[in-house]
Amino acid sequence: MSAWPQRRRPALALAALLLALALALPVLATPAAAAELFPQVPAAAPGTECLAPPGEMRRTHMDRLTHRRTEAVRAGIRQPAESLTRCLSCHAVTDTHGQVVTAEDPRHFCRECHDFAAVTVDCFSCHASRPEDAPR
Amino acid sequence: MPHAVPYRPLNGHARGFWLVLGLLGLAIAGGLGAAHLMHHEGHIITGMTNQVVWGLPHVFAVFLIVAASGALNVASIGAVFERPLYKPLARLSALLAMALLIGGLSVLVLDLGRPDRLTVAMTHYNFKSIFAWNIFLYTGFLVLVGAYLWAMIDRAGARVYKPAAYGAFVWRLVLTTGTGAIFGFLVARQAYDAAILAPLFIAMSLVYGKAIFVLFLMAVCRASGRPLGGVVLRRLQRLMGIVLGAMLYFVAVHHLTNLYASEHHGIEAFLLRDGGPLTTLFWGGHVLLGGLVPLYLLLAPRLGGNRRALSAAAVLLILGGLTQVYGLIIGGQSAPLVLFPGFEVSSAFADGVVASYVPSPWEVLLGLAGVAIGLVVAVVGCAALPILPADLSDAAIDPDHVADTLDEQDGALAGTT
Amino acid sequence: MSQPARRDVLKSLALGGGLTLIVGPVAHALAPRPPGQPADPATRWALLVDTRACKVDCAACVDACNREMGLKQPTDPDFDPAHDAQYIRKVTLRDPDTGHTTAPPVMCQHCAKPPCVDVCPTGASMQRADHIVQVDKHLCIGCRYCMMACPYKARSFVHQDLTDQKPHNPRGKGCVESCNLCVHRIDRGEPPACVAACQRDGGGAMVFGDLADPNSDLNRRLAEAGGHRIRADLGLDTGVYYQGL
Repeated sequence: MSAWPQRRRPALALAALLLALALALPVLATPAAAAELFPQVPAAAPGTECLAPPGEMRRTHMDRLTHRRTEAVRAGIRQPAESLTRCLSCHAVTDTHGQVVTAEDPRHFCRECHDFAAVTVDCFSCHASRPEDAPR
Repeated sequence: MPHAVPYRPLNGHARGFWLVLGLLGLAIAGGLGAAHLMHHEGHIITGMTNQVVWGLPHVFAVFLIVAASGALNVASIGAVFERPLYKPLARLSALLAMALLIGGLSVLVLDLGRPDRLTVAMTHYNFKSIFAWNIFLYTGFLVLVGAYLWAMIDRAGARVYKPAAYGAFVWRLVLTTGTGAIFGFLVARQAYDAAILAPLFIAMSLVYGKAIFVLFLMAVCRASGRPLGGVVLRRLQRLMGIVLGAMLYFVAVHHLTNLYASEHHGIEAFLLRDGGPLTTLFWGGHVLLGGLVPLYLLLAPRLGGNRRALSAAAVLLILGGLTQVYGLIIGGQSAPLVLFPGFEVSSAFADGVVASYVPSPWEVLLGLAGVAIGLVVAVVGCAALPILPADLSDAAIDPDHVADTLDEQDGALAGTT
Repeated sequence: MSQPARRDVLKSLALGGGLTLIVGPVAHALAPRPPGQPADPATRWALLVDTRACKVDCAACVDACNREMGLKQPTDPDFDPAHDAQYIRKVTLRDPDTGHTTAPPVMCQHCAKPPCVDVCPTGASMQRADHIVQVDKHLCIGCRYCMMACPYKARSFVHQDLTDQKPHNPRGKGCVESCNLCVHRIDRGEPPACVAACQRDGGGAMVFGDLADPNSDLNRRLAEAGGHRIRADLGLDTGVYYQGL
């Protein structure tokens, strides 16, 4: 450690970071590699329309769901169009056998992003994670 | 303070110290493993059911929490009741109080159905809930006793010594009342729903807390080679006898009051006569081995100052205390809840039936881990802080023989050693 | 995060209350509530059980409840009576003096002053504006104090993992649950599943209605023949009435 003078250390770290980035960039640039690194969010069922554009939903869905659950359970205010069951029905993902997957399956709509972000979803310890009438 | 007592922490390099910590660590690891399994598999692996919803973990938790406030009593006698003889023991008393509370609360939290939602319990309060009050009572207790301990150890804290000592004393009475009220306010349960549970819990706390204190003190002095004089032990012995008598009095009043009202005959017949193992535990464990035998060991004149009698009594009181809390918590839930007085009832949901409960090994492990957590806090505290006096011999803590004079004034126990 | 949500709830509750004041008292017949509208505080949903019409060996209500809420049936081979949830149960009552036997259904009594709500440390046990008592499982930490406090043994604790719950009755390991009068059905204008089944397949012993509405069938029948409430001595002002006990 003492081989490097103390004051040069930040510069060294920055250089290492830049080098790593330079090496990684070409890899990240190819679409195939990017697809492996970032979650592939399954498209919603055709003909459905979300509450907000994807970017906004990505940022605000948790607040929307928290707000919705409080209103629905505590005040009894029902908003079927904004409910979790509606999310799950538009964004249902089917497996190769044509069956709708549950949150146990990493292909589940919520899991795709949440696994990537390493954020645990608590919803499905109580809520059903697929529509009641889904083929199973 | 009449004179300064030198304090000497436990030797943190001694082999015995690490051996004790290792054993306690094993107990804690076992309990955490059990809690993890309970959380993963659900409470199905415990003995708890929809009829007996609080099991052995609550027995340990309530025992430790009640004992915690009682363990502070030695410090309170010194500071609030101005008995200088107890002052050298005040630090240990405060430390043990905090340690036992932490141990009890750990068990309580780990037994929750959703321990992962502890943050919810901290951010959402229902101020009508006695449980929610208790959350404040427990944290307040830790803060006050912590301040009290600091004031005793650090000269900079001398200013807060009196307010903290008095505050902690009043707080501990309120805290135990609150713990008793958790059960006393359960109007629907025939076994609870009694205001006398609050003073009963205070008496219980004095008994359990002192028993643990005395046992810990004797063990730690012996293990670390500290002289421990007979005068202070003799006083503690008699004090324990008196609070035990008070506790048994409250127990008797509780049951006799119930026996007077025919509405409560069912539950009393169950607890005192027909409850099978619960009845055996009540008479054999709580009343005889945890009550009358230690009462004799503590108050019989010819056993005054007898260390073996004192430590045996303390062990019996701890076991008897666990039995008592078990009877209170499990017994109260096992007795069938009366929805339709005067009818013979039956259903698919155990109406009219005595609920059976057999604790699982996981619950035993979790409960013991709570005890171990408390002991680790106490042992590490004794090693890290100047908690234990270097010398507790009669000559060191009572050079003026104040205690003997007091004994003569009281006209009891004088000259028994 | 939940602060703005709660404020909005209060706002809408105040708005609802204000509207009621303007419109004046209305008869609260069972009707679907439009989206966005909160439960009506002027309503007191309640049940009436005529035990004389309730056959001892009939369990249509229990059956329907278990099916509606996605619970195991007591007749299922893997049913575990000590641990599995029972929102409603038939309690067989025999008068030892006369031998007279009835078997009324017992469920959450939807107290106006519910002990479970009083003791809950987090506010998970709650009473909706229309006096339905239920568990907000988002806040339930599984302490089970409500089960200790309930005089009716109305609550169950989920002892193990569950899958494929009914979307309208989310339930999971570590939380407490109980009858919520089929809040999801009431909100879309249908009576609770037990009442519907009793009317259809049972003896027609159960009546559902608004206790606050003097013109409801429930109130009319109570005015005619009176009603008994379980452990009325506790003063909890329960919302389930029994006739013929």
